[in-house]
Amino acid sequence: MTTADPSGTFVQKPKTIAALKEGIASGSVKAADLTASYYERIAAVNPQLNVYLSLTKERAVEQAARIDALAAKGDPLPALAGIPVGIKDVLVVKGAPATAGSKILKGYEPPYDATSVTKLEAAGAVLLGKINCDEFAMGSSNENSAYGPVRNPVDPERVPGGSSGGSAAAVAADMAVATLGTDTGGSIRQPASFCGVVGVLPTYGRVSRYGLIAFASSLDRVGPFAANVRDAATLLGVLAGHDTKDATSSPAPVEDYAAESDKGAEGLRIGVPAEYFSDGLDPEVRAAIEKGIEDLKAAGCTVKSISLPHTKYAIPTYYLVATAEASANLARFDGVRYGYRSAASENLAAMYKHSRDEGFGPEVKRRILLGTYALSAGYYDAYYLKAQQVRRLLAEEFLRAFTEVDAIVTPTSPVPPFKLGEKTGDPLAMYLADIYTVTASLAGICGVTVPCGSTSSGLPVGMQVLASHLRESTAFRVARAVEAAQK
Amino acid sequence: MTAKVTAKEVERVAELAHLELTAEEIPAMVHDLNAILDYVAELNELDTKGVAPLAQVSELKGAGGAAELREDAQIPSLDRAAVMPEAPESDGRFFKVPKVIER
Repeated sequence: MTTADPSGTFVQKPKTIAALKEGIASGSVKAADLTASYYERIAAVNPQLNVYLSLTKERAVEQAARIDALAAKGDPLPALAGIPVGIKDVLVVKGAPATAGSKILKGYEPPYDATSVTKLEAAGAVLLGKINCDEFAMGSSNENSAYGPVRNPVDPERVPGGSSGGSAAAVAADMAVATLGTDTGGSIRQPASFCGVVGVLPTYGRVSRYGLIAFASSLDRVGPFAANVRDAATLLGVLAGHDTKDATSSPAPVEDYAAESDKGAEGLRIGVPAEYFSDGLDPEVRAAIEKGIEDLKAAGCTVKSISLPHTKYAIPTYYLVATAEASANLARFDGVRYGYRSAASENLAAMYKHSRDEGFGPEVKRRILLGTYALSAGYYDAYYLKAQQVRRLLAEEFLRAFTEVDAIVTPTSPVPPFKLGEKTGDPLAMYLADIYTVTASLAGICGVTVPCGSTSSGLPVGMQVLASHLRESTAFRVARAVEAAQK
Repeated sequence: MTAKVTAKEVERVAELAHLELTAEEIPAMVHDLNAILDYVAELNELDTKGVAPLAQVSELKGAGGAAELREDAQIPSLDRAAVMPEAPESDGRFFKVPKVIER
């Protein structure tokens, strides 16, 4: 493997899961060699991109040996046999440091695996390591990590998006064939768009969150990144399903998403909401998405304009709901049971305060304060309750739209990837980066970001394909059609 | 909803959240919170009288929410011996914390 592609960036497309699995089954590829080659690739480019925070080599080597032994016996191989994957560091892996991008979890090595991690490994995947992200998944650029920003493989002067920026960058730079990310307000879809890869927001409850370090529990979701739509669908098929350890996980049957995605998009009804193509949209992003919509017509979809008039209220609603829930979830970091405890702890109250003050970064503190304020006596009705009422209006608006169309397509981000430092001074400007993604988060519906053209300077543009609750197969079919039309 | 947050209020909220802000952090937080609260005041434009708050999307029709509660049965949880070493200070059975009551 080379360290950079001919255009001078770090971009390199991983082989497909199907091709790698066939190689492993036939014996032409050894899982052990594949694993070793991925660790070489990581060693070569991680110093520049800052994607991996820790590696799980021992576990990876053992799993690869297990897969090679299976293949040598000629036994049937599981869905992800030998596939090297990376895990966003808000999901726990037994014995591996879990940081959530924060100093407050320093030294924490959880004694258990997240369900999503267990499922990947049971399906034969090889866990390479833990991947950098914004602190507690709060951010849209990866610049909020206590361990330094991840850089975008397409242009290292630019951000990879956030908060799962490392997970998107890993796939874009072939530092993993696939990765896990999490999405609370856009944290899978926006970095997928910025790095030119596929990212999946499953329906709320579709993938277990057991072992996820919680940010906002009514919004948090776990989902995969991959280099192509079919691989992403294969991964979701492994990850989805009910889990007795997550009371919010859905008992609805899991579809064969990969096979469903092969059915083509012909005859599907696509809605294009005017509100997502307003003044703030970069003209080059608009042109790329409009071209993608033409491609969908050519693939046999019917396209109609729709209106989602409450869209403009989504960001204020999201930042009230998410920060309120975060202020409650992050109360557990108190220096008692795990992670960091301040040395300046003359009594219990001081220990809580100093540990939290020294352990949390500025954005996390800002959100805890905003959330605590919105929930505090005298303000609860005006802020938190109001936001939950508007949340219902937003969700019902989507459900109405989905009686007329099968999927909705929009730009994932109003702008192409921006430069490091460009928005760090203005929290509100950073929040607006999520303007097209928070709506689906609040409504609980599913979506996929699929690469859809680029700007004149070669920066990736992503299309967001949204579908109703549990209609992941529909989103994949549309995304496959957009992908097929790319050069 | 257009209430301006003061430094005193930021300190009160920080106290509630068990955060101790430095003298430099307070004015920055006052500024940021006011900017964000001004922005979220847009929600006041909407009449939400009679709209039931939506706390959890699983309750929406067709959203795939859990149909039934699990059986109320005892299931082993993590072994104490695996959990306690993660604490900053413990004796293996209990978490140790600084003095709570002065005497």
